[in-house]
Amino acid sequence: MGEPQLCELSVPGRHGLRYPAPDVPLSPLPEALLREDLPMPELSELDVVRHYTRLSQLNHSIDTGFYPLGSCTMKYNPKINEETARLPGFAALHPLQPVETAQGALVLMYNLQEWLKEIGGFAAVTLQPAAGAHGELTGVLIMRAYHHSRGDSQRDKILIPDSAHGTNPATSAMSGMRVVELKSDARGNVDLEALRLECDHTLAGLMLTNPNTLGLFDENVLEVIRLVHEAGGLVYGDGANMNALLGVVRPGDLGIDVLHYNLHKTFSTPHGGGGPGSGPVGVAAHLADFLPAPLVTILDPGDEDLPPLYGLVNPPKSIGRVKSFHGHFGMAVRAYTYIAMHGAEGLRRIAEHAVLNANYLKARLQDVYHVPYNRVCMHEFVAEGRWEDAPEVHALDIAKRLMDYKFHPPTNYFPLIVHEALMIEPTESESKETLDAFVDAMLKIAEEAHTQPELLKEAPHHTPIGRVDEVKAAKELVLCCGVSAND
Amino acid sequence: MFIPHTDADREAMLRTIGVEKLEDLFQVVPAEHRFPSLRLPPAMAEMEIAAEMQDMAWANESARDLSCFLGAGAYNHYTPAAVDAIIRRGEFLTAYTPYQPEVSQGTLQAIFEYQSLVSSLTGMEVCNASHYDGATAVAEAVNMAYANFRGKRNKVVLSPALHPQYRQVVRSYTVSAPIRLVGDEPEANLKAGPEALLPLIDMDTALVVVQYPDFFGRVYDYTALAEAAHAAGALFCVSVNPVALGLLKTPGEMGADIVTGEGQPLGIPLSFGGPYLGLFATRKEYVRKMAGRLAGETVDNRGQRAYVLTLTAREQHIRREKATSNICSNQGLIALASAVYMSLLGKHGLRQVAELNFHKAHYAALRLAKLPGYNLWSGTPFFNEFVISCPTPVSEINDQLLDNNILGGYDLSQDYPSLDKHMLLAVTEMNSREEIDLLVEVLSEVSHG
Repeated sequence: MGEPQLCELSVPGRHGLRYPAPDVPLSPLPEALLREDLPMPELSELDVVRHYTRLSQLNHSIDTGFYPLGSCTMKYNPKINEETARLPGFAALHPLQPVETAQGALVLMYNLQEWLKEIGGFAAVTLQPAAGAHGELTGVLIMRAYHHSRGDSQRDKILIPDSAHGTNPATSAMSGMRVVELKSDARGNVDLEALRLECDHTLAGLMLTNPNTLGLFDENVLEVIRLVHEAGGLVYGDGANMNALLGVVRPGDLGIDVLHYNLHKTFSTPHGGGGPGSGPVGVAAHLADFLPAPLVTILDPGDEDLPPLYGLVNPPKSIGRVKSFHGHFGMAVRAYTYIAMHGAEGLRRIAEHAVLNANYLKARLQDVYHVPYNRVCMHEFVAEGRWEDAPEVHALDIAKRLMDYKFHPPTNYFPLIVHEALMIEPTESESKETLDAFVDAMLKIAEEAHTQPELLKEAPHHTPIGRVDEVKAAKELVLCCGVSAND
Repeated sequence: MFIPHTDADREAMLRTIGVEKLEDLFQVVPAEHRFPSLRLPPAMAEMEIAAEMQDMAWANESARDLSCFLGAGAYNHYTPAAVDAIIRRGEFLTAYTPYQPEVSQGTLQAIFEYQSLVSSLTGMEVCNASHYDGATAVAEAVNMAYANFRGKRNKVVLSPALHPQYRQVVRSYTVSAPIRLVGDEPEANLKAGPEALLPLIDMDTALVVVQYPDFFGRVYDYTALAEAAHAAGALFCVSVNPVALGLLKTPGEMGADIVTGEGQPLGIPLSFGGPYLGLFATRKEYVRKMAGRLAGETVDNRGQRAYVLTLTAREQHIRREKATSNICSNQGLIALASAVYMSLLGKHGLRQVAELNFHKAHYAALRLAKLPGYNLWSGTPFFNEFVISCPTPVSEINDQLLDNNILGGYDLSQDYPSLDKHMLLAVTEMNSREEIDLLVEVLSEVSHG
């Protein structure tokens, strides 16, 4: 039996928190506007703490095990980040305070903007977007506003390689753009011929993930960018895979016009079981005026006696606000802490070791797991989870069996251009011992696939639950304690 | 530190790969751009950065240092210690999105329970696993309503008393769609109640959006407005402060089709504006049109109760350009924090904290309204926030308040030119009677000054 639900644990009359009695005279409550019933649980503090602690123990996490999830950059999340983000001077700071009372926070945001500009090679950075996809939306709205400002409103076509994350096409559609998918060539690069055919006066831009989701750095990246620019388009860089590029190459130097960073991937802020993320956006000089409002700036440079005054400014042609207040400031504090601890050399070491780890895993696995598009990879690579002589075994079965060996599975069935894809990203924080143990498990599973395929088909065996009935979940649609959401 | 490799490890690994040195792995990067020297400050040790961050934090005057009467969408509430203790557990903090249910039941059940708690609090039938914040949740509601009518209804009515930043975000999100946003024009009558929106609702209206309590703190029963929206075939959305719902009639009872809200008051630190929590709940008939992740209950192949992300075919990773939203990462850990908060407070605590807010705010408002030169512009009923008209510009008053270690209210002239000298004040359970009395005293000095 699993952990009971909150509503099952609830006992009428139990309390989890007591507030002080009112220290002011009571005012009459607005009777006509009061709710009749408040059907919330009644639990003691220990009930609540035990419930959630037990739930936590059902999770795989970075703190408890290896997470080779492609394109997710599940690196170690330093504990100091959690301390700095909780300093009362940050955590208890109201977003609408006068800027004179929030100089520490504004300096931090300003410096982080400056550092991200330097790391990515951009002229300006906004910290406002809440997540990678939100950064994409911001970036594509900026591209749209740029074209419109030049009287180029017919530019509504966005090219997206077939290896892209699903957020890229969804973002473009949300921004009113037409999506045209671009094929990859035999080496996993953008197909230059296909690109040339689409370079016309309706081209708004290209969304490029580089390294792409095969983990490959595009061999023709400069030519790809040149072609798009020549046709009057802009290049959006999906920074999901930025971990491979820190101190290695600056996307802005390659000619990328706009890019989002994922603080929760590259800069170690925790994934939190699905969020919060943070997706700052960097832009080249010609797009700086379109950034969301407001940005952090130096309002008054100060002098020998007075420190500079930091504050907020609205860019002149801003696309407007994309989020309330100043973005995920708490995530900015964590990322700031992380970057400050690394410096330029440390950042380059991150990328080098992320790439070293990925190539090491590829080298050790490629004889048993076929790697299409096999060349030196960046921070991740994609293998196939299938063998002709074990036809009943699929990538999914390998993924599930890995759980029995205490590893989180790689990303599977993505990118869509590889059959039975297993997308593996180890990150720089994993040791050779961990990687070797993972390889051992993968090789053992390959052997089992041929000798005892049922072990894989029925896996996992040693997890809190087995494979779930997804059809039942979607059909019966129980989304709240004890209630079906079906009509 | 965070990279465990020894020299021996590196050599062995490079040998296995078949290259000599790390640089050899980057030959594909155009040589002229490879290995730029980044101008960043030198790396700091943990104890150095800890000290520097402490200094930067001290450079702020936070709600810990000042008596905070500032709200306007972010509120200073007490967070029980157990909330942070739970969300700091590495098993929650450092877990990924629960796409692999067998090793993510903790996160999945927590999301499922969050959905249950928010549905109960708002009086709705289903709730998703969160949006980024209160503003983007409203923008997603607008997109959902527009998609619901397949582009056949092009008008969205926004109450002028919907948070100004939320309205700005809706405008940014809908710039490329043929959606007309009406109701919040500069000449709108701000003093009027929801009835002022009635004439704007017609057969072209996809959605009507109001806030509860509204941006000025006022509490209205929106039942008649909801009925008018429905009579015209439109959907009705209410953006809520969830703490008020410990006391007040739910939007569900009033006929809301969508309830959005800023979840920050549910135990989430102010943190200079984020990360917060976008609440999003709806009726079951719209569950397939709602964006965002959903956790559903099912069984596993051993017959045990289990949870899994469901209806994923609505989402971007499956539908790509046909998805109505691109949302991927959401506010998972913050949703968890709010669920722990709601579990701890429960039925009694949620009512108690709402009543404390109500009584303290009314005590403050009644005392301030008696001061010469000040009037309670927003009238009653209200919850924990209200508007007073002042004898002098709000920025001047706030300077004086700050001299007395009080963080004053929000200057409404920033967003509403007609509300020059009007201040929006928030009072929560954190404000003692002494703090409120000092606020009154300083404001009375201003009026005499």
